[in-house]
Amino acid sequence: MEKECQKILDKYHKNKGNVISLLQEMQESFGYIREDTVNWFSKELNIPASNFYGVVTFYAQFYLKPRGKNIVTACCGTACHVKGSDNIIRKVRENLKLPEGENTSKDGKFTIESVACVGACSIAPVFIANKKVYGKMTSDKAARMIEEVGNG
Amino acid sequence: MVRAKKATSKKTGTKSVNPDLMIRVCVGTGGLAAGSQEVMDEFGRQLKAQGIKATIAKKCVNKTGCRGFCAKDVLVDVILNGSSETYQLLIPDNVSRIVSEHIIGGEPVKEWLVGPEYHAFHNKQTKILLKQCGHIDPEDIEAYIDIGGYDGARKALSSKPEKVIDTVKNSGLRGRGGAGFPTGLKWEFCSKAEGSPKYIICNADEGDPGAFMDRSVIEGNPHSVIEGMIIGGYAIGANHGYVYIRAEYPLAVHRLKIAIREAKKKGYLGKNIFKSKFDFDIRIKEGAGAFICGEETALIASIEGKRGMPRSKPPFPAYKGLWGKPTVINNVETLATLPSIIAKGAKWFASTGTEKSKGTKVFALTGNIKNSGLIEVPMGISLREIVYDIGGGCEKKRELKAVQTGGPSGGCIPVSHIDMPVDYESLMSIGSMMGSGGMVVMDDATCMVDMSKFFLSFTQNESCGKCVPCRIGTKRMLEILTRITEGRGQKKDIDLLLELGRDIKLSSLCGLGMSAPNPVLSTIRFFKDEYEAHIIDGICPAGVCKALRQYTVSVELCKMCGKCFRACPSEAIQWEKKLPAFLDKDKCIKCGACYDACPFDAIL
Repeated sequence: MEKECQKILDKYHKNKGNVISLLQEMQESFGYIREDTVNWFSKELNIPASNFYGVVTFYAQFYLKPRGKNIVTACCGTACHVKGSDNIIRKVRENLKLPEGENTSKDGKFTIESVACVGACSIAPVFIANKKVYGKMTSDKAARMIEEVGNG
Repeated sequence: MVRAKKATSKKTGTKSVNPDLMIRVCVGTGGLAAGSQEVMDEFGRQLKAQGIKATIAKKCVNKTGCRGFCAKDVLVDVILNGSSETYQLLIPDNVSRIVSEHIIGGEPVKEWLVGPEYHAFHNKQTKILLKQCGHIDPEDIEAYIDIGGYDGARKALSSKPEKVIDTVKNSGLRGRGGAGFPTGLKWEFCSKAEGSPKYIICNADEGDPGAFMDRSVIEGNPHSVIEGMIIGGYAIGANHGYVYIRAEYPLAVHRLKIAIREAKKKGYLGKNIFKSKFDFDIRIKEGAGAFICGEETALIASIEGKRGMPRSKPPFPAYKGLWGKPTVINNVETLATLPSIIAKGAKWFASTGTEKSKGTKVFALTGNIKNSGLIEVPMGISLREIVYDIGGGCEKKRELKAVQTGGPSGGCIPVSHIDMPVDYESLMSIGSMMGSGGMVVMDDATCMVDMSKFFLSFTQNESCGKCVPCRIGTKRMLEILTRITEGRGQKKDIDLLLELGRDIKLSSLCGLGMSAPNPVLSTIRFFKDEYEAHIIDGICPAGVCKALRQYTVSVELCKMCGKCFRACPSEAIQWEKKLPAFLDKDKCIKCGACYDACPFDAIL
């Protein structure tokens, strides 16, 4: 852990980065924001850990929990909403047996997230699975997408 | 056809060189989702097998007419001996026939060509900004230079900064990010402000749900944004530029990085750019996912690595911005318009548009509309022309109900006002706003109460929490709207919403809070009857609000297929072969599964 943190720290000093770019690097390396890494940087840089957490909880991009192997992002933009994305998201969650408030499936295979808008409104409703964009979704297509992603 | 020749002359040695062939494939976010990469690869394979050399350019992202065109499948231009044909709905299997019949045989495959709809979509538009999007390779700086790119920057650098500001002022260009502040005036404030260094920031934190203009411009023509920043930087005396861009736009970030690298190589960025005495460089800052960071002061806080919370203005960023220094923040579209203004002059730009709103505006036309996509229209065009002439009207022969502009800060314009001109003042007068350019068309199956709940839950979620009216006020408004859509609305609720909305608008700290009640206020203004129907009669006229819905099976329309029976999770539907379905209202949990499953619209 320390080795990787040191690497990030060197980069940070070289590029005159800030807390946000530091956290982005941390998440890139470890998958999510780990408490021990935050404490490590807090000591090294003499920045209170609360500063880090303040930023982490403010922005949607940072995660304090590990995420699933496959990331499925549902777009909740206006165009997707008008075209009935709510129903599809509900179906996907039912398929993965996700209880209310839980976004990662029990086996750690999938994490379902939502994003305000991915800006691909002309092919709404839109889903993104592992960075591949799926447009004009229906409940059936979403089920196939989950199967495809899970097997691949 | 200069491009094709250039590329082929570099790579000679193939059996038969065809210098006059170019194939352009749409590879925007939308095109890629439709499988454009596979189509492009297939063209490459087939042409190689036939020994034909062609330039397979990446047609950029400009998703003009994506719905019905790009979206359905892939849109491809085949330009042979100077004449261009556009194909729609392509899949890799189509490629071999196009190669053998069109490219080798010279006869286009007629049934796959675009129809009259495609041309109608383009004819009503006036393209300044999007002119090159979709025609040049966004990852090749030479393609941009070939069509006159960077001439504007060169011209600006050869005159005095004050003159550049005067030109922009005379052009009447107003900020395209939403509020419409005159760009030239903003620059003048900053150039006269004391302090150094100065900064110019490109605001590409396009967060409005339902808007994708900025993403498309950056994906399709990133150099126009860089050129705009050079012009702006020179005018205000800033040597450093930042592009603050959403991390949700990976393709745009990728193309921008390539563009910056190429511009540096050419000497258009860095020290003594264009061999002048002026230095200018650009850095990219990726946002971390917060809508509020589109607000100027919040954006600055975010670049500085802090929580993106706005502060009160004045002092305005033009005097005290990034790191406390004078800073200009311009929207992507504003910056991308500048090169043409400088190159062609203020008068040319001001000749389009209305008295107070000059030039053109890009809209993302989406929602329940046939030809959705990215459009650029002159200011002052009527909504009717946009929706019917360009957009082709609503889908599935449904009736138009309203058009929503300005995203979560704007409002709904009812069909009765459809002949209204689209400009900053007219939209404002009706309780909406220009916004960054999202235009969502809604048909009669849209519930206006549900819509305003949707927007308010968005702003509520994105409220940074710094000031009380926005943090708590929007939460209370959302609670009221939620109870109305769930059938628990109270008679005084409409008045309460109006009162809360007025107070939040007056007392919030930043633009987000000041405009958050707009979607609610404008729908109450024009669709009060719908609110009353929810509260007093307990029905949702559009049939959207689940708790208020009553499902029944229409015996006339039912084709006895049994799909609803199989879809129902609560055994509320009784059905036997050759008999119409029957819905038991006592068992119905109003989930809507039968409604979605019915292919004949027989569930009412």
